[in-house]
Amino acid sequence: MSETPDNLKYTSDHEWLRLEDDGTVSLGVTDHAQQALGDLVFVELPESGSQFTAGDACAVVESVKAASDVYCPLSGRVAAVNERLQDEPELVNASPYDDGWLVRVEPDEPAALEELMGAEAYGQFLAESED
Amino acid sequence: MHEPLIFEHSQPGRRAPGLSEARQSALNLPAAFLRGDVPALPEVSELQAVRHYTRLSQLNFSIDTHFYPLGSCTMKYNPKVCNQLAMLPGFTGRHPLGPASHGQGFLSCMYELQEMLAAVTGMAEVSLTPMAGAQGEFAGVAMIMAYHRARGDDARREIIVPDAAHGTNPATAIMCGCEVRELATGPDGDIDLEALRQAVGPQTAGIMLTNPSTLGVFERQIQEVARIVHEAGGLLYYDGANLNAILGRALPGAMGFDVIHMNLHKTFSTPHGGGGPGSGAVGVNQRLAPFLPVPVVGKEGDKYRWLTETDRPQSIGRLSAFMGNAGILLRAYIYMRLLGAEGMRRVADFATLNANYLMARLASAGFQLAYPRRRASHEFIVSVKDLTRETGVTAMDFAKALLDEGFHAPTTYFPLLVPECLLIEPTETESRQDLDAFVDAMVAIRQRAFQDPEAVKAAPLTMPVRRLDDVRAARQLDLAWPVEQSA
Repeated sequence: MSETPDNLKYTSDHEWLRLEDDGTVSLGVTDHAQQALGDLVFVELPESGSQFTAGDACAVVESVKAASDVYCPLSGRVAAVNERLQDEPELVNASPYDDGWLVRVEPDEPAALEELMGAEAYGQFLAESED
Repeated sequence: MHEPLIFEHSQPGRRAPGLSEARQSALNLPAAFLRGDVPALPEVSELQAVRHYTRLSQLNFSIDTHFYPLGSCTMKYNPKVCNQLAMLPGFTGRHPLGPASHGQGFLSCMYELQEMLAAVTGMAEVSLTPMAGAQGEFAGVAMIMAYHRARGDDARREIIVPDAAHGTNPATAIMCGCEVRELATGPDGDIDLEALRQAVGPQTAGIMLTNPSTLGVFERQIQEVARIVHEAGGLLYYDGANLNAILGRALPGAMGFDVIHMNLHKTFSTPHGGGGPGSGAVGVNQRLAPFLPVPVVGKEGDKYRWLTETDRPQSIGRLSAFMGNAGILLRAYIYMRLLGAEGMRRVADFATLNANYLMARLASAGFQLAYPRRRASHEFIVSVKDLTRETGVTAMDFAKALLDEGFHAPTTYFPLLVPECLLIEPTETESRQDLDAFVDAMVAIRQRAFQDPEAVKAAPLTMPVRRLDDVRAARQLDLAWPVEQSA
């Protein structure tokens, strides 16, 4: 079973989001996503400062099985990217919710975060898509 | 059997005879272009080189040695007579820059190949120049874009691609400067028509489809798909990857496709694997004919000649020196002449029969089908998700265990829509005995997975190498042999 921490928001494309104290939002892929992808071998991250519209692909995660786009469900500006992943893509597998974060976004509308799934809803979504 | 790298056989100063003259002849090069040091080549005797490569060739897993059900790759038998005839001295001795009057035999074969491919796909004209499937796709979408541009319809820059498509389809669209719009697949593997209606518009350049799709099922609503896309002003591109399933039985031209690429190295049985050589011939209907890549072979009276940019000023241009992989084209030509129209229909009949036979036997042995309500085309998908959940044995473990049983593994983890999947394509050239043996092996591995999952996860045990560390290989890609170790 994969972990779905309570304090996060989730998307149906298996991204997680977390509102940080400084008002930025961290984004990564869920434990379920990293398990399904298998060992990551490459992570492509956006430039800091680049602008995204909700639904845009903002990163690419590549494993030995497949390369997948990571979508940003919020509009906003990239405040920071996780530089460590350039040399250590395996952090996404080992620690998807902490060391394996992908980007931090300054959202145009922080309230949009509330529309995403909570842990319980995402857990249910996972259970349904299993069948 | 372990075979060291050729570099590990190397001894300083050891050499094969016969190379010194070649070295001399390089000395008339200007000094500026001569390298200062000796290249880091392995230093071995001729016999060592012969033995090394002979041993490697004996380790090959190939269609000539093993059942090779690699889905979507159509690893069918390549009849030896096609090789023999394509190697006739009249073909191999022909210089591509020789005058057309000296190569009328070759040109007549190419002309007839164009005609036969057009007939078996229902298209108006064919060009043989693309060197591989990817280049055929590129040519196809480039022609679609050239068509829109020629009409001043410049706003059409979007190519629709179903989510089940080969990864090459969106890549091709991007290479041609288009945007890609992904289209969802319905639960039975057909395209979601409502989503398609929403997706098309004045921005639609075309749609790229494989039919039967990579899910191994025939797109039943293809004519409605064609109507929707054509009414929106877009064109239909047929990815010929799965043409084997319908060869001579259904014509892409009649389904409404405007352009098609054919993998001659799949459907028309030219040798492939390991990256080539391939052939991605393209066929078009009348409205795209002016844009075909040149050269194509034309016939005037009883004479054949190359048609070039002069004859086809709107051509998208040249994709290869001369005209594609001539030797491969000849093999495809001979294969088609051997089969004839009736034989080609039998190819499709037996490719589908074999796939459906395998699918039915595996399903009754307890394997989960990805699309149990659909008849298979020439290939089908098994998911071992249930096994993974209960025993931890994955599709990859299954694939490795099949190697120990003497079978090349099916395609794994593709299409991405189906978890823990094996995409199995037996082709028409397998006997029932071989299909049954494959089922026996699949059943044996499944039983072993329940009884002793660790044994399956340890496979392969009988191959020259065990599990490769593909993660490390991808993270630290390093293909150069370090020079200091070669001494």
